[in-house]
Amino acid sequence: MMIRQLSLFLENRSGQLRVPCKVLGDAGIDILTMSLADTQQFGILRLIVKDWEKARKALEAAGIVVNVTDVLAVDVPDRPGGLASVLESFEKAGLGIEYMYALAAARERGQYATLVFRLGDPERAARLLRDAGVKLLSSEELFARAGA
Amino acid sequence: MAKLAVENRIWDPAETLPRDALRALQGRRLAETVARAAKVPFYRDALARAGVDPAGVRSVDDVRRLPFTVKDDLRENYPLGLLAVPRAEIVRVHGSSGTTGKPTFVAYTRNDLDVWSGLVARFLVAGGLRPEHLVHVAFGYGLFTGGFGLHYGIEKVGAGVVPAAGGNTPRQVLLIRDLGAEVLVCTPSYALHIAEVAKAEGFLPGTLPLRFGHFGGEPWTEEMRVEIERGLGILAFNNYGLSEVIGPGVSGECGARAGMHVQEDHFVVECVHPETLEPVPDGGTGELVFTTLTKEALPVLRYRTRDLASLDRSPCPCGRTGVRMSRVVGRSDDMLIIRGVNVFPSQVEEALLRVEGTAPHYLIEISRPGTLDEAVVKVEVRPGDFRDEMREMIELRDRIDREIHAVTGVRMTVELVAPNTLERSAGKARRVFDHRNR
Repeated sequence: MMIRQLSLFLENRSGQLRVPCKVLGDAGIDILTMSLADTQQFGILRLIVKDWEKARKALEAAGIVVNVTDVLAVDVPDRPGGLASVLESFEKAGLGIEYMYALAAARERGQYATLVFRLGDPERAARLLRDAGVKLLSSEELFARAGA
Repeated sequence: MAKLAVENRIWDPAETLPRDALRALQGRRLAETVARAAKVPFYRDALARAGVDPAGVRSVDDVRRLPFTVKDDLRENYPLGLLAVPRAEIVRVHGSSGTTGKPTFVAYTRNDLDVWSGLVARFLVAGGLRPEHLVHVAFGYGLFTGGFGLHYGIEKVGAGVVPAAGGNTPRQVLLIRDLGAEVLVCTPSYALHIAEVAKAEGFLPGTLPLRFGHFGGEPWTEEMRVEIERGLGILAFNNYGLSEVIGPGVSGECGARAGMHVQEDHFVVECVHPETLEPVPDGGTGELVFTTLTKEALPVLRYRTRDLASLDRSPCPCGRTGVRMSRVVGRSDDMLIIRGVNVFPSQVEEALLRVEGTAPHYLIEISRPGTLDEAVVKVEVRPGDFRDEMREMIELRDRIDREIHAVTGVRMTVELVAPNTLERSAGKARRVFDHRNR
């Protein structure tokens, strides 16, 4: 159930975001989704790509610091209160969220939206969430749904 | 010949001794100093290793046969192992601004203090101080030689002292205005800060009673002099000294303001190549080396200051015969002075080691955007140190920040940068980029 996410260290200055995107583009790698956390001085770019190992190699060859992290892709009912109900399951299971972002490519209007969550102990979290009836996507499902 | 900026007044006739009389005096005093130093086990051994018989030292030229002394010699003889008089004869102890490990202490006898205050009086009077003046001293008082050194010199001249010490600059400006101090004593960067604060408080340049300033304790430039003079409406004078030699008063400017006259009747100055230790011809930049000629408690033989400067033996229009040294233009080691604190790049490396186990590639950038020094440490993030979570990265940066402060005593801004983005040089890594005074 784990999705491999690549995290990149970026300095907060002009051109820094373009470089990894160009590297991935040249390697023929499609970015499924991304999220950027930033401070005044530096940022962390988080990417989900299908062939993460190839992407990592290409990025590292370009001198970029890459960290591989396990995240969960969670289906959330696409209706008002949908996310709140899923978050309630998180709370009941005692799971803290490090960060989260939306997976724009995987949404079926009125049906579901997929969100990416980084949780403290992803293995344990996956088990607890499944037990609570939360729909987690495998990478195969995720990429199939996103048409990748 | 240069015009004198102030009326020329000589405090001590010794300042104008003809060169041959001065050399003869130096020779006699050097013989006495070496004999005194030879009573100290450290110097006795050093002289023996150098094959110098103290009784054979007769002329000032013999100084070149003496062994060098370095800062580490003082550290290794902590706290006062180089004392040449019985402990009971000490009347004052000062120390250098050691930021890590052991500080170094220096001691003075009654006569040493008397000589020292006389030397300070010389440069103060050369730079316009008169007995009727009031002097605002914004140097720190304490182990640092600046505060007390200047204080006693001012009293020696018969002028009044306002021992304001450091801090609370707006209050200092009010003190200057209300008490009417004509003379300011502090570091040049603090003088600039006072000028800024005075401006912010609505004082136009020249509206404070100040007329002269005597600045030292850190290297500065002609550009800073112009800025200070404009900002405060004063004439600014440079002076030089270091605690290991005596403190402020080793040399100071006269009204010609074309170099600082070394008080050669009390110190022998040499300018040497920092690696070969061979003499550098006059006018060339080298490391200054001082030998004390009259100090009793702590004589020093050929003390390597690590300060780079040049010497000028051409006659000075003021009539003083002491050789003039230029401003200090750099260091022969990599010591930095940041906001008055001595810092070595190796200390920053030590802090990084403490945080990360092995030191990543880093560099230090120092600038002076306003009047105060700013140090930025750029640290490359290594793959092993990179975490996906922002709070861990911020925590990493904050840990480096805290360690640097703990090790150096100075706050620096820590910036995490991408790997392989900092400049690398083929040979010795250039870690420091000092954009001040350039």
